[in-house]
Amino acid sequence: MIETIGTYLQFPFVRYALIVGVLIALCSSLLGVTLVLKRFSFIGDGLSHVAFGAIAIASVLHLSDNMLFVMPVTVLCAVLLLKTGQNTRIKGDAAIAMISVGALALGYLLMHLFSVSSNLSGDVCSTLFGSTSILTLTRSEVWLCVVLSLAVVAIFIFFYHRIFAVTFDENFARAAGTRVEACNLLIAVIVAVIIVLAMNLVGSLLISALIIFPAMSAMRLFRSFKSVTIFSAVLSVFCALAGLLISIVAGTPVGSTIVAADIAAFLICSVLARLLGRSVS
Amino acid sequence: MALLSCKDLTLGYDGHPVLSDVSFTVSEGDYLCIVGENGSGKSTLMKTILGLQKPLRGTITFGEGLRQNQIGYLPQQTAVQRDFPATVQEIVLSGCQARLGRRPFYSREDKAIARRNLERMELLPLMNRCYRELSGGQQQRVLLARALCAAGKLLVLDEPVAGLDPLVTAEMYSLIRNLNRKDGITVIMVSHDLAAAVQEASHILHVGQHLFFGTREEYLNSDLAGVFFSLKGGEPA
Ligand SMILES: Nc1ncnc2c1ncn2[C@@H]1O[C@H](COP(=O)(O)OP(=O)(O)OP(=O)(O)O)[C@@H](O)[C@H]1O
Ligand SMILES: [Mg+2]
Repeated sequence: MIETIGTYLQFPFVRYALIVGVLIALCSSLLGVTLVLKRFSFIGDGLSHVAFGAIAIASVLHLSDNMLFVMPVTVLCAVLLLKTGQNTRIKGDAAIAMISVGALALGYLLMHLFSVSSNLSGDVCSTLFGSTSILTLTRSEVWLCVVLSLAVVAIFIFFYHRIFAVTFDENFARAAGTRVEACNLLIAVIVAVIIVLAMNLVGSLLISALIIFPAMSAMRLFRSFKSVTIFSAVLSVFCALAGLLISIVAGTPVGSTIVAADIAAFLICSVLARLLGRSVS
Repeated sequence: MALLSCKDLTLGYDGHPVLSDVSFTVSEGDYLCIVGENGSGKSTLMKTILGLQKPLRGTITFGEGLRQNQIGYLPQQTAVQRDFPATVQEIVLSGCQARLGRRPFYSREDKAIARRNLERMELLPLMNRCYRELSGGQQQRVLLARALCAAGKLLVLDEPVAGLDPLVTAEMYSLIRNLNRKDGITVIMVSHDLAAAVQEASHILHVGQHLFFGTREEYLNSDLAGVFFSLKGGEPA
């Protein structure tokens, strides 16, 4: 087992996959708690579908670098979704459902109409479930991913206390002069960036799992915001590594294996929380 | 010297007024109680004072040395907070956020302020406990400690005793009374408990169908209080 992994590690694409996987798992878990508690998790879901639509358009237009198109479109949609979500006249969740399902349907339609590939369902499947793209990363994609993830982590640490304040009590934060709208915008933009990055790892349908499961697992066991955040990051990285290695050795699809590891971790945490009765702090 | 004066305020949402032509002033050291029926616009008035929303008409002026973000605010509780994973200390420290300015982290001074207010509210033993595992009364004390971290001179409390049992309510009132009398902090409090309001406060603002603003003595002699207490069939304690 160890030897097999050792042999695999000699391939650069396996090393790339591990680096990128760890970084993406780290980033995606950071905002999980905030998204769950602010009832923002549906925004993550909606955005991942938007990203799918954007990828479809990019591939139809034969853009050389998908990321340059998909990233701005997703960020823009994040801002729009946030604005409609706060608008009391239009039902926020209905708007999000419309945008996300619409993007999914139109994306597939576009790919179907204009695709030159002989294996259309394979293409769609890999965009939705990320089956192989993590193993075919180029050097520059790896670098882009490293830079963006480090930026996300740095921004998160820099704004940690404000994110906490805005998540816990928006009104109090606003009264204290914290710029709540700017913070919400920052959160939405970071989520969009994470989603585009994570498409490579688990595909667009499974991203929400990557964001939500580690946070929910950590909230079972820990009671301070800081320990919940740290534990969910550690857990997410661990599950991503485990999932990646298992999928490489056993030949299972990468994205679903990682999510399966996250689900297993969630179950273990739930059981542990039951057994411990009360929680550690 | 008036700390806060509101003149001909009309408040509401989307252009529909819920409260019209309210005028009152709060001086340093005052203890103002705002009373009125459910939905009469008490929380709306609080939010307007805090700058969370704009008045439809009228003006709010702050006295010298008071900035809007130096008001300590204790909001009516929201649903998110009920299952929030955070310790008492983390929450109280977040009361210092107005002092952050451009800094990313809290300074040692901020932490000392948080600690002092934890002590003041007798929360030191609960410091590392999780907020959602506390009783209602303890949670309100945590939010009061957080408000104190933000407050220089003025505390704004929206129903601080809602849902508390009589004993804990009395404790809460005595904590607030001490802050007002001993530490000279000006208090504006929304309450449904008229009897306690006339006992604790120095001034009363009654909103709703009838508007009243004055000292508690004036209020007790007014028709408004008379009607209320005869309805209740009792005398204020
Ligand atoms: N965000 C809002 N948008 C529109 N109308 C609102 C909003 N919040 C409150 N209102 C309306 O404004 C009126 C006053 O509400 P407010 O919350 O100020 O009452 P209150 O005096 O604090 O009541 P309570 O004693 O129940 O806390 C109510 O009729 C309410 O329906
Ligand atoms: Mg209210």
